[in-house]
Amino acid sequence: MSAKIEVERLNLWYGAFHALIDVGLSVREKAITSLIGPSGCGKSTLLRCLNRMNDLIDDVRIEGSVRLDGQDIYAGTSALTALRKKVGMVFQRPNPFPLSVYENIAFGPKVHHLAKADEMDHIVEDSLKAVHLWDELKDRLDESALRLSLEQKQRLCIARLVAVKSEVLLMDEPCSALDPMATLKIEELMRHLKDDYTIVIVTHNMQQAARVSEETGFMLLGELIEFGRTPDIFTRPQDKRTEDYITGRFG
Amino acid sequence: MARFRKVKEFVIEKLIFASGIASIIFVALIFIFLLREGVSVFKTTSIGDFLGGRFWYPISDPPKLGILPLILGSLLVTAGAIVLAVPLGIGAAFYIADVAPVKIRHLLKSCVEVLAAIPSVVLGFLGITLLVPFLKHTLGLPTGLTALAGSIMLAFMALPTIISISEDAINAVPREYKEGALALGATHWQTLTRVIIHGAMPGIIAASMLGIGRVIGETMAVMMVTGNAAVIPTSLLQPVRTLTATIAAEMGEAAKGSPHYFALFAVGLVLFLISFLINLTADLFLNRGKKR
Ligand SMILES: Nc1ncnc2c1ncn2[C@@H]1O[C@H](COP(=O)(O)OP(=O)(O)O)[C@@H](O)[C@H]1O
Ligand SMILES: [Mg+2]
Repeated sequence: MSAKIEVERLNLWYGAFHALIDVGLSVREKAITSLIGPSGCGKSTLLRCLNRMNDLIDDVRIEGSVRLDGQDIYAGTSALTALRKKVGMVFQRPNPFPLSVYENIAFGPKVHHLAKADEMDHIVEDSLKAVHLWDELKDRLDESALRLSLEQKQRLCIARLVAVKSEVLLMDEPCSALDPMATLKIEELMRHLKDDYTIVIVTHNMQQAARVSEETGFMLLGELIEFGRTPDIFTRPQDKRTEDYITGRFG
Repeated sequence: MARFRKVKEFVIEKLIFASGIASIIFVALIFIFLLREGVSVFKTTSIGDFLGGRFWYPISDPPKLGILPLILGSLLVTAGAIVLAVPLGIGAAFYIADVAPVKIRHLLKSCVEVLAAIPSVVLGFLGITLLVPFLKHTLGLPTGLTALAGSIMLAFMALPTIISISEDAINAVPREYKEGALALGATHWQTLTRVIIHGAMPGIIAASMLGIGRVIGETMAVMMVTGNAAVIPTSLLQPVRTLTATIAAEMGEAAKGSPHYFALFAVGLVLFLISFLINLTADLFLNRGKKR
């Protein structure tokens, strides 16, 4: 199994605040990698480094390297849109655009010129099928996406990435706005998707990490304390701090 | 102590209530007065002749009181102003809200505020001394006092409203939309034109309508630069006369109680109805934006 993303000696500062300290990990292709740790430890920050969303924030400084398929994504700025197409992101709060269901899916293919007008219907259908939304929504394609349920919205946001043929899905606490039933359904969807996609999920729900992921990283105060196979992290943590966290002694 | 507070609250509440009622009463009184004076014109001129008449000769005998040229003059000047101010205002709002670096943003916002604070007479004065000769020379016209000059003046006056309210609407678009679009690999421009604009649209429409509502009743600057010829206009490059300019220019001369006098009130009534409709529509859009 090859590495899709390799992070090496990654450091990030928000102004003077050192938010990521010497982080290194490698993300396996077509598998689910989860990042856990207490709130504020830098999970989102690390995730946002992988598609360069931190570039949007003023006064950020980044050192180290992030390689996607062997290419350093921080070398040169020209391929930023292509990078974000390849490495898509699902946010904590589902954020469909204030457009119809159809236009939400079509947005990505349009901005990347992926489809002719007559192919768009197929792309929309396939993308919705991939996230198991087609049957529910095939008669509501022209309705505003803002009217969907939270779970449907989150699926739609995943479908948007399917539509642009993203290879990596970054998910930042994708279930924290959802109820337990919806959470389980999204997890099931993730297990389906990992046959075709590389997934990195941030979660502060340890059971979720244990349920869905092959590999887990534990972060604390900007450092990646421990990284390894999920069963190992949860049953035989090497670091005292990891053990304290998963046994619930803090966080 | 508690009692005193209760009394104080009671008094304040009633005062606020009274001022609310007072403003409604004032509007109603103004409207009733306009209506009473205005409808008297229909004793001598039919509604059709008044609204559709092609000639405004108020002091000939008998007077011809057709306001069609004035309505068309107002519409033409306003339409010209809309065409100029709306795209410019929206563009400026997007630039200020989402593109400009912080320093330029603050500078531009102050400029917009200053523009809003210039009295219309002063703008009209600048119009006469700078804009009118400029139009005359660059376009080779017999006179620079044209509908176009009026449109440009009005556009300047509508811009601050359009810019600041549109900017608020753009800033109110949730940041998540922008992040979502950028995270999909959209460029900044695509994000702006395909996503943010949809979120801001009700507010932008309301801003445009309020900007227009602000200038349709505008008088001074327009009267100073449009030439005031009461003829049915066929182009932006000829002198026109607006409804407002007619009232301002002729109210002093019209003999009280004459058909001319009543006709001017009826013109006021027409203006009142037009601005009322525009404000109402703008409100509908603003509220629709809020509900979502
Ligand atoms: N835009 C920002 N500017 C300054 N500090 C930030 C910014 N975003 C996050 N931080 C800080 O960086 C640290 C890590 O944040 P984050 O990555 O969001 O943590 P997590 O996702 O693990 O809860 C926190 O201390 C947070 O306050
Ligand atoms: Mg976070």
